[in-house]
Amino acid sequence: MGQIVLEQVTKSFGDVTVIPPLDLTIEDGEFTVFVGPSGCGKSTLLRLIAGLEDVTSGEIRIDGKECSTIPPAKRGLAMVFQSYALYPHMTVRKNIAFPLRMAGLDRAEQDRRVVQAAAVLNLTDYLDRRPGQLSGGQRQRVAIGRAIVREPAAFLFDEPLSNLDAALRVGMRLEISELHNRLKTTMIYVTHDQVEAMTMADKIVVLRAGHIEQVGSPLQLYRAPRNLFVAGFIGSPKMNLIEGPEAARHNATTIGIRPEHIAISATEGRWSGTVGVSEHLGSDTFFHVQDTGLGESVTVRADGEVSFRHGDRIFLTPRDDMIHRFDAKGLRIA
Amino acid sequence: MSTKASRSAARLMLAPAVILLLGWMLVPLTLTLIFSFQRYLPLRGGFQGWVGFENYVRFVTSSAFWPSVQATVIIVGGVLLITVTLGILLAILLDQPMWGQGIVRILVIAPFFVMPTVSGLVWKNMFMDPNNGLLSHLWRFFGADPVIWLSDASMLSIILIVSWQWLPFATLILLTAIQSLDSEQLEAAEMDGAPVLSRFWHIILPHLSRAVTIVILIQTIFLLAIFAEIFVTTQGSFGTRTLTYLIFQRVLESQNVGLGSAGGIYAVILANIFALFLMRIVGKNLDR
Repeated sequence: MGQIVLEQVTKSFGDVTVIPPLDLTIEDGEFTVFVGPSGCGKSTLLRLIAGLEDVTSGEIRIDGKECSTIPPAKRGLAMVFQSYALYPHMTVRKNIAFPLRMAGLDRAEQDRRVVQAAAVLNLTDYLDRRPGQLSGGQRQRVAIGRAIVREPAAFLFDEPLSNLDAALRVGMRLEISELHNRLKTTMIYVTHDQVEAMTMADKIVVLRAGHIEQVGSPLQLYRAPRNLFVAGFIGSPKMNLIEGPEAARHNATTIGIRPEHIAISATEGRWSGTVGVSEHLGSDTFFHVQDTGLGESVTVRADGEVSFRHGDRIFLTPRDDMIHRFDAKGLRIA
Repeated sequence: MSTKASRSAARLMLAPAVILLLGWMLVPLTLTLIFSFQRYLPLRGGFQGWVGFENYVRFVTSSAFWPSVQATVIIVGGVLLITVTLGILLAILLDQPMWGQGIVRILVIAPFFVMPTVSGLVWKNMFMDPNNGLLSHLWRFFGADPVIWLSDASMLSIILIVSWQWLPFATLILLTAIQSLDSEQLEAAEMDGAPVLSRFWHIILPHLSRAVTIVILIQTIFLLAIFAEIFVTTQGSFGTRTLTYLIFQRVLESQNVGLGSAGGIYAVILANIFALFLMRIVGKNLDR
């Protein structure tokens, strides 16, 4: 069980309001990702749920129980920190067993659970090492192991992958998703990386300056961003946002079209421009097209085999059914 | 420092410092060794021939030797206990964010800047004086008989004075160690259900263990040689005669340079045994 409900939660540090009144429900078993640019309050929100910060006002209910004044350990949540926060003087075994020891479990039960967690996380061979002797990915797994053994109502992850290198990050991403599928426990995951959000989440919460901009499944956010901020934040490369006469033609202040929804041609199309930088990823090529008369340069995704050179004149045609329209306030026009 | 020329140049330039340091150490040590095998009484006939190990035997068999070793151990141990314990507590206290942190920290360090002689005299005359000392006023205020600190509680008095001097050192080193503790570790422990005392015991104390070892090592080396505090207060009476003070008395009060030198050599050996012992513990602790 692990339903988490936030009701009119606010947080201020002195005069600075970090989280204005905020409502959010996280259902049991859901993998929820808080995503937003740095300083948007996503970590603070996680720490409020964890109990490491006190709410200024409002209620946090975990499984229907009001928790906002209960100390962190009593909330039944486990947290994985950005720096892993392993205890350097203890072996992996003792690190993982620490929460059990604090809970006063007997030795045999402690051992049983540690061995079980180690097996799940492929740490069996490392149980007697110290954190200093482990690689980044292994440390990460120990931190997760320390969270698992408590059998918490929900896991909280605070940017757990940001200290790993790119290859390892992809691997750990899969492992955490796999873990969620196996445990079916509620997980809240904080990241500034929208790729992590898109690939892992059941539900994404996009935050800006403490406000929730949009809540929804990855594809909902991708298909129907509620406003310009979400439109620009979700999706990689970023959605092209076009203002002016071209937008007016669609009865909107701004229109958005994703790079993957523009057809590219050497001979004909609605817009024309010259190729600037092209990024070759092998599978795809991203062209940054300039001088289109649409404002800033337009990014276009093309097949990896399409080859245009810098300075070539090309033609672009957006798919009309994939054009997102936004009004003067930046809100989506249905 | 990679080419042959630069290496030999480096040696050449280091030479004066090394020679000076060696001279500084070796000349007095050699002289002490030479004196220790002589019967040498400067005011009573001067050099009176070589006596072999007689001085060494006399120094150890004298009735003052073992009590002086005992006094040394008690003073060093007591001061270490007080400075390390209070140092850890003070360091935790000073680590808390508070108003006027900078000034408070400077004030805490201040006693370290006071010369041992001065602090000894200040404590003797301003605090521990049985008639006019602040402590005696305090005792009288509560209707108690003032303690005659330096004679009735001589050992405690010396330990207090020296602890007051060395507490800032311990606090300072332990404070920097505490500041290097990752706050996420404490938060993780909090999430793991460790109450305040457990967090101190399982997280903070192990984190401080290196710093504590270093404080103990450095302080021991300096505390074995404390002299001024005893000289200006009890003059070695009332059981406060340490090994250092005993050697001083043999050389300057009894004017027996040979006997004192033998004691000096004992002190050197003792300090080295202790240092070796400590170095091994430190080495073990630093290995992690």
